[in-house]
Amino acid sequence: MQDFLIMNSLGFPILSVLIFLPLAGSMLLFLLPSDGGAKFWTLLVTLVTAAISLILYRDFNTGTAMFQFGEHHAWIPMLKINYTLGVDGISLLLVLMTTLLMPLCVLGSWRYIKTRVRPFMFCLLIMETSMLGVFMALDFVLFYILWEAMLIPMYLLIAIWGGPRKVYASIKFFLYTLAGSVMLLVAIIALYLENGTFSIPMMMGNGYSSAFQFWVFLAFFLAFAIKVPMFPFHTWLPAAHVEAPTAGSVILASVLLKMGTYGFLRFCLPITPEASLALMPYVLWLSVAGILYGGFTALAQQDMKKLIAYSSVGHMGFITLGIFVFNTQGIEGALLQMINHGVTTGALFLCVGMIYERTHSRELAVAAGVGQYMPVYVTFLAFFSLSSLAFPGTNGFVGEFLILAGAFTHNKILAACTIPGALLAAAYMFRMLQRVAWGGVNNPDQSHLSDLSAREILTLAPLLLFVFWIGLAPKPFMDIMHTSVAHLIGQVEVAKIQQSAAMLATLVP
Amino acid sequence: MKMALFLPELFLLFSCLVVFLLSLGNPAPRRVRNITTGLVVISVLACYLSLDMNGELFYRAYRIDLFSQLFKLLILGGLALLLLFSTELKGIRENTRTEYYLFLLLSTLGLVMLVSCVELLSIVVALELSSFALYILVPMRDDHAGLRTQMEAGIKYILFGVVATGVMLFGMSYLFGLTGSTYLNEIVPAIANIGPTPAVVVGLLMVMGGFFFKLGVLPFHFWLPDIYQGASNETTTFIAAIPKLGAVALLIRVTGMAEPAGDSVASVLAVLAVCSMFYGNLSALVQKDIKRMLGFSAIAHAGFVILGMITLKESGYAFAIYYITGYMVMNLACFLVICKVSSQGENILVSDLTGLYKRSPILSLTLTVGMFALAGIPPFVGFMGKFMLLTNALENGFLTVVILAALNTAIAIYYYLSVVRVSFCTDQEERGPLTVDFSTKLVSLALMLIIIAMGVAPAGMVEIAQSAVKSIMM
Repeated sequence: MQDFLIMNSLGFPILSVLIFLPLAGSMLLFLLPSDGGAKFWTLLVTLVTAAISLILYRDFNTGTAMFQFGEHHAWIPMLKINYTLGVDGISLLLVLMTTLLMPLCVLGSWRYIKTRVRPFMFCLLIMETSMLGVFMALDFVLFYILWEAMLIPMYLLIAIWGGPRKVYASIKFFLYTLAGSVMLLVAIIALYLENGTFSIPMMMGNGYSSAFQFWVFLAFFLAFAIKVPMFPFHTWLPAAHVEAPTAGSVILASVLLKMGTYGFLRFCLPITPEASLALMPYVLWLSVAGILYGGFTALAQQDMKKLIAYSSVGHMGFITLGIFVFNTQGIEGALLQMINHGVTTGALFLCVGMIYERTHSRELAVAAGVGQYMPVYVTFLAFFSLSSLAFPGTNGFVGEFLILAGAFTHNKILAACTIPGALLAAAYMFRMLQRVAWGGVNNPDQSHLSDLSAREILTLAPLLLFVFWIGLAPKPFMDIMHTSVAHLIGQVEVAKIQQSAAMLATLVP
Repeated sequence: MKMALFLPELFLLFSCLVVFLLSLGNPAPRRVRNITTGLVVISVLACYLSLDMNGELFYRAYRIDLFSQLFKLLILGGLALLLLFSTELKGIRENTRTEYYLFLLLSTLGLVMLVSCVELLSIVVALELSSFALYILVPMRDDHAGLRTQMEAGIKYILFGVVATGVMLFGMSYLFGLTGSTYLNEIVPAIANIGPTPAVVVGLLMVMGGFFFKLGVLPFHFWLPDIYQGASNETTTFIAAIPKLGAVALLIRVTGMAEPAGDSVASVLAVLAVCSMFYGNLSALVQKDIKRMLGFSAIAHAGFVILGMITLKESGYAFAIYYITGYMVMNLACFLVICKVSSQGENILVSDLTGLYKRSPILSLTLTVGMFALAGIPPFVGFMGKFMLLTNALENGFLTVVILAALNTAIAIYYYLSVVRVSFCTDQEERGPLTVDFSTKLVSLALMLIIIAMGVAPAGMVEIAQSAVKSIMM
């Protein structure tokens, strides 16, 4: 078999099971007699998927950078397209995050979704299938199909169950992401013609010409930067977040945005290392711009969902910053921060959803002072806010610290420019927390609000557990990624050496 | 001469006769429909059984091989699906419904014969048989609004059709003059001897013109949006889905001859393809009538199919066959919804689809799948088809064409998505739910399944298409 792939030896194709279990579950949804049954069924399917994914964690070998649990079958032989799956240290955490978040998304929509419950759950499960597939695919066509297929359930989630401007938001989301991906497709075909294969690992580090790398990188960048979204390409995000139902927002923030940064790590750096190196400064400064822009805009929001959406632009800026400083700390920090952002922002969106279910508004002014009547809720919100602003002891701190450390080793001026971003995060998060917890003299009457139910506590508690687990003992998470990140850095280093050698060659005739 | 080879065609001819005899009396429309559908379903089976047959008929003017039989199966299969869901035939005057079926079958017969013809004059005869039936079908519309657009459409169709035939015949006279034969298998080696002279290139391109007309490729596209709009919904469904298969089959046969003149023919085709895409997509953006919109999008899709031919390679032809098959299925899915939403056979505006997902979930799902597939979004067949065509074109060095085509995909998404969008909008005054009969439900489920299955597992279809293409490239 290929030398990059350790074949699966578990006795059953675990990755395929993970991908197709939700799909199979979705097919059975419409046979269920009631909406309530559909909810329980979906919860069951996502829980079983999550449980199976833990086997990955148990059996994962942290000592190798190769792809593990591999599966390889011919799919479309005339174009040399294969069905190849595998996970390494970079994708494993994202896979786990996705599977573990999905049951919480189901729980979070338990009351929120009142109409057309079965189609909603259907969309959720299809989403899970395509998201997991994106993180596991090692064949570029497989990757692209799943990457794009995911747009349809997300589009439907926003367009059917979204807020008042759902149609506008969904179409904007769809067009933006799709426009970026179309050029990705051309780049994929171009890579295929260079390599004669669609296998992603076989495309890595092949030493393409600089011009070729440049164009491929640009196509990659367009697709991934829109997905992240990086600063000038971010305009679809607040609209989509605000209009999406809670589960949709959670999936968008926690998983979909990560697909963009995952794309940078998985494709840009190893396949087009020279172009990545050459264009690095531009990406870094765009990241800084995103951090500052996201922070300032979040500070001005009155709508809690918008506030968190814009804070995501800033947080994702930190992640792209970490990726493109090209050192171990930066990339490991970025990878960890991808998980952290998934946990924390997912939780914050769930929190906003809980307020919305009670007051039918997301305005800060309406939510002001709910702390008096909802102490448990505010406790959760406080911890998640602290995590979001990277308070020491929470997960956000570890990730952001690593990224900043990486950025300082790379370029002190650049790193210094991001400091106001960190301060801004504290400002807008505390502003929100203060209003929600205590409010002021003009608090609306909220005595009718009930505190969190057991189901809602059950939804948030696992996320809180991760906030502190990663915050206090990040080692098990870091261990998973070490070898793969080291391998990735190695691939970029080779390009660095080649680049300086090429420069030398031009200088010394 | 083994007439067994001709059995599917003979059965279709027999079916025409049955319907003709029925039309002499005054039968209940329901009965005619059931009989016609039954006959077509049987002919699909007959075609399926004759898939492996090989041979020549009628002084070698008529060839039976995998290529022709595959196309026959696809054409008749498409017609069967169409008949199964167009149960009501709302757009056709009640007293002419029997005749409607008769001409539908005649046009199909023409197409079925067309894909087997390997001699220039029989090609013309078969093509005209199918076209003349359509010239009659177009004005047969029951015109509630009294706009008489169907008459205008019919006249336009005839006029443009005749011009296209004229151009084609003129081109054929070139080929005959140069090679002294009307048989394709004699023309091919003769052209190879002559080489890429201007006369050969012009002759070939003019012959292609006749098929460009059927397919709606740019300089021969003028009829298309008007006829889509003017003809009844059911007729448009047929025109949109089925004759294109015949056109692609013949285009493959003719471009197959063009190898010696390859470069010039390929570059002309590439330019036409790109122009068709831009013209079709940009015009479709502003359409309000959904049939007209799909008409313009058909011009763009015709451009895409041509991408399979510019490489002049077997694989490209196979992908073109795959694409046009997928296109037929996607179109059937979209037009199924149009036929059902239209209450009296009138034209549907995009805004008429507002709130469709509340009125009929299955129709809105079919429409969503169909539109996403036409837009080329995975995992549907439209994506896989485009992907293969683009890969193949890029493999043969058409980088600019591929980038322009990809750009077009992005433009097209906007109008396809706008159709899906309105179907999820709720409208102010709620329209009543739409009832959909059982056979329509079944067909729409089948269409969705085919769209997904062909997209996810294209290998089988492409393999068949490849061996079909091999069977004509001797």
